[in-house]
Amino acid sequence: MIDSGFWAMGGHAAYVWPSYAIGVGLIVALAVASWRGYIAARDDVARLEAESPRRRRGQQGS
Amino acid sequence: MDGTPAPIPGRGNALHRFANPGRFMRFSGAVLPWLALAGLSLSVIGLGWGLVLAPRDWQQGDTVRIMFIHVPAAWMAMGGYVGLAIASFVGLVWRHPLADISARGIAPIGAVFTAICLITGSLWGKPMWGTWWVWDARLTSVLVLFFLYLGHIALSNAFDDIERAARPAAILALIGAVNVPIIKFSVDWWNTLHQPASVTRIGAPGIHVDILQPLLVTAMGFLFVFAALALLRTRAGILERRARALMAARAAEPAAAAATVTA
Repeated sequence: MIDSGFWAMGGHAAYVWPSYAIGVGLIVALAVASWRGYIAARDDVARLEAESPRRRRGQQGS
Repeated sequence: MDGTPAPIPGRGNALHRFANPGRFMRFSGAVLPWLALAGLSLSVIGLGWGLVLAPRDWQQGDTVRIMFIHVPAAWMAMGGYVGLAIASFVGLVWRHPLADISARGIAPIGAVFTAICLITGSLWGKPMWGTWWVWDARLTSVLVLFFLYLGHIALSNAFDDIERAARPAAILALIGAVNVPIIKFSVDWWNTLHQPASVTRIGAPGIHVDILQPLLVTAMGFLFVFAALALLRTRAGILERRARALMAARAAEPAAAAATVTA
């Protein structure tokens, strides 16, 4: 499988590896940004609900 | 105004029952971990399979491995736009906030997959066609798709009141939907460097099963990743909306809020 020529990709390493690195990198970056946005929104709601206790109903967030 | 967008009073139709944000939060919260897990594992298996086990192409050598990321990304780019257009249509016609929120959530995901499609296509074009880019029908229409996504993101964030941005953004998304069939059929309608469809061809696929299998596994993985991200971003959008509603309620009753805080 992974012989000595694997990383060389038949001479096309300069095209194959950046494709995978950029593809995976962009998806991971989007996932991290989306997760951070979700956590920030969740914390905002939790804080605001804690500050106005009479509205602490409708437990739709987690 | 407690932030839980209730169904329009007196209109308890099916759409509003099933697309209730509270129900969506419960459902998506239960499904999301499994979607993310399936997406991650299938993507890793498919891409690893394509990189290591799949045979090299007799004409294209190892550059054919770029296909395992390029083609699934292209499918997500186009499928994602169809999803964006459907959400926009539902948001325009039935005025459902969940549709607007999910459209806002989908657009950046589609933009990222379109960018991956363009970049990997360029990296594939250089060794195979001898050029990073040509202004032919397929490549240009996918670039237009990318700008449509960017336009949707920009328009969605161009208003102080996020809810007001939904309508113009949805109209842009629907007008841009003409581009989807243009992308799909561009390789048939015009002469292009880009090869015609070989996987979705009517009849037998034009590629070998050893290459088709990892391609389809990666595509399934990307599909689940896309769905998981769409659910996550829609959940975030619902929570942001709830936070805005809570802020507005607090601003409207500063005295009451202060009283409850000090109590």
